[in-house]
Amino acid sequence: MRIELVRRPQHSVLFSALSPFIALALTLVAGAIMFSLLGKNPLEALYYYFIDPLREMWSLHELAIKAAPLILIAVGLSVCYLSNNWNIGAEGQFIAGAVVGSILPVMFPQFQSWIVLPLMLLMGMAGGAAYAAIPAFLKVRFNTNEILTSLMLVYVAQLFNDWLVRGVWRNPQGMSFPGTAPFHEYAILPEIWPAAGRANWGFVFALAAGVVVWFMLSKTLKGFEVRVQGQSPRAGRFSGFSSSRMVFFAFLLSGALAGLAGISEVSGAVGSLNEKLSIGYGFTAIIVAFLGRLNPLGIIAAGLILALTYLGGEAASISVGLSDKVVRAFQGMLLFFVLGCDTLIHYRIRLVPSAAKSAEA
Amino acid sequence: MVLKGTKKKIMGTYVQPGSVGAGPYLLETRGLTKVFGSLTACDHVDLKIRKGEIHALLGENGAGKSTLVKMLFGSLEPNEGEILWDGSPVRIPSPSAARKLGIGMVFQHFSLFDALTAAENIALSLDQDTPISTIAAKARDLSKSYGLPLDPGSLVGDLSVGERQRIEIIRCLLQTPELIILDEPTSVLTPQEADRLFETLERLRDEGKSILYISHRLEEVKRMCNSATVMRHGKVVDHCDPRQETAASLARMMVGTEVKSAERTPAMTGKSIELLGICGLSRKPAGPFSMPLKNIWLSVKSGEVLGIAGVAGNGQGEFFEAISGEVLQDDPDTVRVCGKPAGRLGISGRRLLGAAFVPEERLGHGAAPRMRLSENLLLSRHETDRKAFLGSLGMVAGAAISSATQRIIEAMDVRKSAPDPEAASLSGGNLQKFIIGRELDRQPSVMVVNQPTWGVDAGAAARIRQALIELARAGSAVLVISQDLDELFEISDAISVMHNGELSEPIAIADATFEKIGLLMGGAEPGHVDHHEEVA
Repeated sequence: MRIELVRRPQHSVLFSALSPFIALALTLVAGAIMFSLLGKNPLEALYYYFIDPLREMWSLHELAIKAAPLILIAVGLSVCYLSNNWNIGAEGQFIAGAVVGSILPVMFPQFQSWIVLPLMLLMGMAGGAAYAAIPAFLKVRFNTNEILTSLMLVYVAQLFNDWLVRGVWRNPQGMSFPGTAPFHEYAILPEIWPAAGRANWGFVFALAAGVVVWFMLSKTLKGFEVRVQGQSPRAGRFSGFSSSRMVFFAFLLSGALAGLAGISEVSGAVGSLNEKLSIGYGFTAIIVAFLGRLNPLGIIAAGLILALTYLGGEAASISVGLSDKVVRAFQGMLLFFVLGCDTLIHYRIRLVPSAAKSAEA
Repeated sequence: MVLKGTKKKIMGTYVQPGSVGAGPYLLETRGLTKVFGSLTACDHVDLKIRKGEIHALLGENGAGKSTLVKMLFGSLEPNEGEILWDGSPVRIPSPSAARKLGIGMVFQHFSLFDALTAAENIALSLDQDTPISTIAAKARDLSKSYGLPLDPGSLVGDLSVGERQRIEIIRCLLQTPELIILDEPTSVLTPQEADRLFETLERLRDEGKSILYISHRLEEVKRMCNSATVMRHGKVVDHCDPRQETAASLARMMVGTEVKSAERTPAMTGKSIELLGICGLSRKPAGPFSMPLKNIWLSVKSGEVLGIAGVAGNGQGEFFEAISGEVLQDDPDTVRVCGKPAGRLGISGRRLLGAAFVPEERLGHGAAPRMRLSENLLLSRHETDRKAFLGSLGMVAGAAISSATQRIIEAMDVRKSAPDPEAASLSGGNLQKFIIGRELDRQPSVMVVNQPTWGVDAGAAARIRQALIELARAGSAVLVISQDLDELFEISDAISVMHNGELSEPIAIADATFEKIGLLMGGAEPGHVDHHEEVA
């Protein structure tokens, strides 16, 4: 007996649209099973995980804080993935953006003016883009595999940041804790609605990026180019599009958005650069991108859902006493079910009896 | 008329009466059916092959021939029906089971490793651990006794397509099959190489072997086969003796209706100007097994169709890439479009000068398979029709594109299942009509087409050929690269031959014969042709 995947002649439009919801439902079911195996009441755990964080205003603001970097990064990644450029290193570009954007407040703390924040944001984008240009250049020039190079550069960025905040950039008044001095007030990304909660302008950037990139992908020739290059590179070349320029376009755009996410996180939610800069936003954003079906508007919704898994993880560990590793398990299951549903929309499973073997003998 | 006479002469040489009617069936299928999803590729097919006959399987592309053969060779399992071998029912679950029964197959696309020798390639397909030297010796014996000259020690990468096919045939013969299946064997051969293949097949038949010969070339079927099964839309529509039929009546059985051939109006007289010029184009091989281009000169004038003949893999693909601008030249004057240097321009720049291109591969090169027809229209025309198709900010103008798509669909009679379907869902012929129509709709001054009707059904092919002739007569220059000699003779005003990356001088259609072109395709020097003709 062997299992074969047979391509369906026509995939169902209805199920394509439903697939993210089916995946979510399956994740909830699997999550409930996981909770009961851990000896918790599954309904109570799911309540604290997915409902409780949505009941209060300040908590919704926290949701926006967590969702902003996920959406910003995933929107950029959607352009990469649609054009067949497998950028797995958004986490590194996020850190590069945060580090480069922090140069002004950390190294020039005396330079205090309203222009500091816009400059920081631009420098963050430039830093992320420059860091993403490395795997792009290696791919175009030497035909290296961008999955490997971009992933490995994540660890380089993490260690470099670690060295900075423990070494040359460490706050002298910081009681030897790793991390820079708190940023001055001109280097802080303001909150949208301070009376209600902590959410900052990073979330607005994320929504704007989502809408702009959606427009670019669905309405313009550039978006057409992205899709042609991704689906059939040879037809793209016939069309007169340059594949190396597309590699750079996709990597620079996603790097810049990841960099913007990085500097927004540092100057907004945290207020200083430290060694625990990211809670894996760059990797979680890969799930967000696929859960949102590589559509920037879908990604905005998906980003909010994945942000909820972070918040729910915290809430559940406090209320029900679950390990915070549950967050990773949830995210992993979600990606698994999303990809599984997508596969089954395009293919059906066929069981083939192994009669062939016996007849041959 | 000159042409017709020459053809007959070649044909007449090998017609031999075979044994018809007598003898038991070696292979018989009863109600063989294969269903893919909603498509019934083979619908209750009955096929009977006698011992010692060459049996033709005729049909257009998509008629179900390949599916039927795959079931006989064990690559596909039938949903229904039975296969009888020597009168008793058998199951053929895998190719190795087919080989054990005594069925051998020579594929249309060879499965050989370029970097290995002929003998090593043969050894790979044999199940036992026979030493290479034994295989080489056996192969040499076989090649001698069947008149298939081949050196088992030579590297496949260095061999011509005809020689590669001989390896496949010898590999098949080494397993001493009773039934040999050949899938479109002559599509990659020069007429002379094909003649040699026919001699071999006739010898095999005389030894009592059976041959199932798949082809859509009617002349060669008429020449060799004692009986034929004709398929259309997955069903057997007729059994006949091809020698009792005319090519036209066979074509009618295959297609179901009368097939019109393209009408070639006389070439424009009066002053014509060069619209496409290639001056000393050379190109180094891009990979270890791709062909270099060697100092190619060519000129196509307005009102003219120039055909480029040649066996596949002699540099046509590389040549097309160089003309289209997917690969650039060093000197801008190497390629001139409408009198302007284009050697340093990419494909979009050359299109803007008035050129249009249709590549050999439809899916994945000429069209993006998973994109809709309207999107595929934008694929080649986003620069030339920027004003019509794109708004401010590079916004795509959906309405203008849909109406242009509709116009092309109507002009070329593209049959489709949905208003704006994905390219991959169209049949090969309909997609090709759309791709050609997409370029014709621009009324380009220069049209370069590689294999315009490869794998296209006869009706669509006739329409495409007619459209190309009409474009030229309207004052454009048309360059057609094709492996199909019949097609080139049908539409060209002159024919050049590409061999080994070199291009021959054009031969005016009035002076061209199959034999002349065939010799050039095989690599003879032009001077040599004349000499040969004198001898003949």
